[in-house]
Amino acid sequence: MARLTINGKTIDVDADGGTPLLWVIREQAGLTGTKYGCGVAQCGACTVHIDGAAMRSCSVTLDSITPEQKIVTIEGLSNDSSHPVQKAWLALDVPQCGYCQSGMIMAAAALLQQKPKPTDEDISTEITNICRCGTYNRVRAAIKQASIG
Amino acid sequence: MTIALDMSRRSFLGRSAAVAGGLTLGFHIPGLAGDKGAALAAETTPEVNAWVVIRPDETVVIRVARSEMGQGTLTGLAQLVAEELGCDWKNVTTEYPTPGQNVARKRVWQNFSTGGSRGIRESNDYVRRGGAAARMMLLQAAANEWKVPVGELSAKLGVITHAASGRSTTYGKVAAAAAQLPAPADVPLKDPKDWTIAGKPLPRLDTADKLNGKQVYGLDLKMPGMLNAAIKDAPVFGATIKSFDATKIEGMKGVRKVVPVGNSAVAVVADTWWQAKTALDALPIVYDTTPNDKVSSETIAAMLKEGLTAKEAYEGNKAGDVTAALGSAAKKVEAVYSFPFQNHATMEPMNATALYTAERCDVWCPTQNGEAAFAALVEASGLPADKCDVHKINLGGGFGRRGMTDYVRQVVAIAKTMPGTPIKLIWSREEDMTHGRYHPITHAKLTGALDAEGNLTGLHMRISGQSILSSVNPQALQGGKDPATFQGLNPGGAEGAFSYAIPNLLIDHAMRNTHVPPGFWRGVNLNQNAIYVECFMDELALAAGKDPLAFRQKLLAKSPKNLAVLNAVAEKIGWNSPAPEGVHRGIAQIMGFGSYVAAAAEVSVDAKGTLKILRIVAATDPGHAVNPQQIAAQVEGSFAYGLSACLYGECTVKDGRIEQENFDTYQIMKADEMPKVEALLMPSGGFWGGVGEPTIAVAAPAVLNAIFKATGKRVRNLPLKNEDLRRA
Repeated sequence: MARLTINGKTIDVDADGGTPLLWVIREQAGLTGTKYGCGVAQCGACTVHIDGAAMRSCSVTLDSITPEQKIVTIEGLSNDSSHPVQKAWLALDVPQCGYCQSGMIMAAAALLQQKPKPTDEDISTEITNICRCGTYNRVRAAIKQASIG
Repeated sequence: MTIALDMSRRSFLGRSAAVAGGLTLGFHIPGLAGDKGAALAAETTPEVNAWVVIRPDETVVIRVARSEMGQGTLTGLAQLVAEELGCDWKNVTTEYPTPGQNVARKRVWQNFSTGGSRGIRESNDYVRRGGAAARMMLLQAAANEWKVPVGELSAKLGVITHAASGRSTTYGKVAAAAAQLPAPADVPLKDPKDWTIAGKPLPRLDTADKLNGKQVYGLDLKMPGMLNAAIKDAPVFGATIKSFDATKIEGMKGVRKVVPVGNSAVAVVADTWWQAKTALDALPIVYDTTPNDKVSSETIAAMLKEGLTAKEAYEGNKAGDVTAALGSAAKKVEAVYSFPFQNHATMEPMNATALYTAERCDVWCPTQNGEAAFAALVEASGLPADKCDVHKINLGGGFGRRGMTDYVRQVVAIAKTMPGTPIKLIWSREEDMTHGRYHPITHAKLTGALDAEGNLTGLHMRISGQSILSSVNPQALQGGKDPATFQGLNPGGAEGAFSYAIPNLLIDHAMRNTHVPPGFWRGVNLNQNAIYVECFMDELALAAGKDPLAFRQKLLAKSPKNLAVLNAVAEKIGWNSPAPEGVHRGIAQIMGFGSYVAAAAEVSVDAKGTLKILRIVAATDPGHAVNPQQIAAQVEGSFAYGLSACLYGECTVKDGRIEQENFDTYQIMKADEMPKVEALLMPSGGFWGGVGEPTIAVAAPAVLNAIFKATGKRVRNLPLKNEDLRRA
């Protein structure tokens, strides 16, 4: 049994220590907003925050997480979609199919936490998530919009 | 317009209620898009007709038969219905009818298939008539109540007014009475110039839940008692399983069952998917040998090369005498191009959930083709059609892959071995990458004849390679010929005509199929056909000593729509003025999916051969534009898809199997490489073209033509990652 803190709640999970955090979040915690895309930290669909940093949860194992570490998933980013990134995303109608967007939004929120006024180069360097629908330009515009408030 | 009879409505509800009641789903209603309460409320509210339900609280539920996979069809089709209905857009929500209901109601919603950029262009007429018929019935119901002639009533934003008496009512109040009325026989439509909802850049209806994790994709379904399955199909297409040793994994944590699926695949069912996948990875499987084991990219290339000069080929477009024209040419230009296999790589891997009992079988899945999924389910379950149904779940991307039904057959086969237990089958990314229905592989040899003045007098384009229809839909072949191969190269027609006026022309196809299964891949055959033709046009212009734009303009003199989009991108990018230092331009145009498109690109290539795609201008004439901001999104997305293919897209074959297993070897373009895209929307009216795919086709040739300007290198084999772009 392992203990985790997800979105401010403590949960005990029964899974092998080698289980990727992604699948613990999805199958044990029941939070399906975090997506499976590749399992090898390439696509970013599984991005969550661990102590404020964007992490690809498919490549973080359960036994590497301590109960004190604060995990935030898309469901915990805000209670009511009021995070500036979510508001900018809505205003610019960013998502298409939407599948990668939880990860995009979590990556964008972490970027803005670290760099409140990111440059184009910052966005290019930090937002390395894959979107097959091709929302990249609206993602970029929405990050900038969120950065000015 | 067929009006719903009470009986069919009852069967519609009875079926949904039976499924929902028997299961108590973890999520809202199976197969329901949009508003979560829609179906429940609809159960107490009779539909006005098949397309429209209006609840007493004025909520307008619009039924959409096509699948939403990101392209915005849910919003666009709802706009068309709402436009004719005359309701308040703020009250609109949507739901999917099921394929089973469609069959039971004599296909009242017509085609569910969502591909070929056909959603709006093919169904605009009947969905608009659905909305218009509903409006007429609502007005009639009010007229009956007030005992006044219907002609004296008007409706706006869901409010019906009788000006003469000052009375008014609402759609919600008369909907139940309207539902009892016969459908009108004559249903006129608005002139698009009078549109107030359609044609407007409205926000999508389905964005909010995509921002907070609430949107449910097939992968996210939860049901009480549900188990999870992982599957591994033979890595070599066409191979079968000789043996597997289930005893090696049966004791592993969570494992419930090891199930052979058909003669080539094996699935592991476990409590969680991660347990199922972990066990499957540890399962020893032995495959029979097959002749396909010896196939490689090299053997396929050799077969396609032979086709370039083979005697026999299917003619797709012929005019004049190309042999004579080439024989008498002042100058002959020849080039050979190639385009590789590519995987769709939807972000959400293939998946489906099934519940099989002795009485019935239901499947919940993301699908682009609900009725094909339904047919696959009926066949695989062995149950009568009226005991089966498919409930469409939101798609995490489609791009053509989810028009196939392989994963539906698999999940039903697994669920049949565990009656009463819902089974969710998820493919790993590796399974998805190596068991695709790939973009067809082709080579093309183009030979052009120029006269002494540099006029193009003849063109022979020989395509050698795969036919999609031979694999996917052999009944659609025409005397062996695959007409879809000639997308954008046809002698005429509304779908994709070859628009250059060349007096002597032959475009033919030496069909060379491989054991790697092809499929419809966003943009389909227009993708490589546009690269072949549009890059070769630049080669011809160069040989003729002419500007690529002027060379095209002359050949398109009698194709005003092609010319309009071509000229628009040329003007916007500043074709006739010098590019900034180090910046180089390329241009391309084509007609496909019923629309006219053109693109101009600006690129730079530094001394190390590093390419930067700086700017894209893309013009689209789709005839009518239903939601301009979503069309802009589709155009941007098309460039992401088309340029990703151009830069990186390639699946190679070794020992009969696809080599690329994940995004580390099948690279996808990301935000850092995505150029600025300026989308010019130029709807000229009078026809309906698609927008989800056509601009993909001009993405690569515009960039490749610009790369030639920058480097002097003519890239003829994609993807670009294999090329050294340092100046020659």
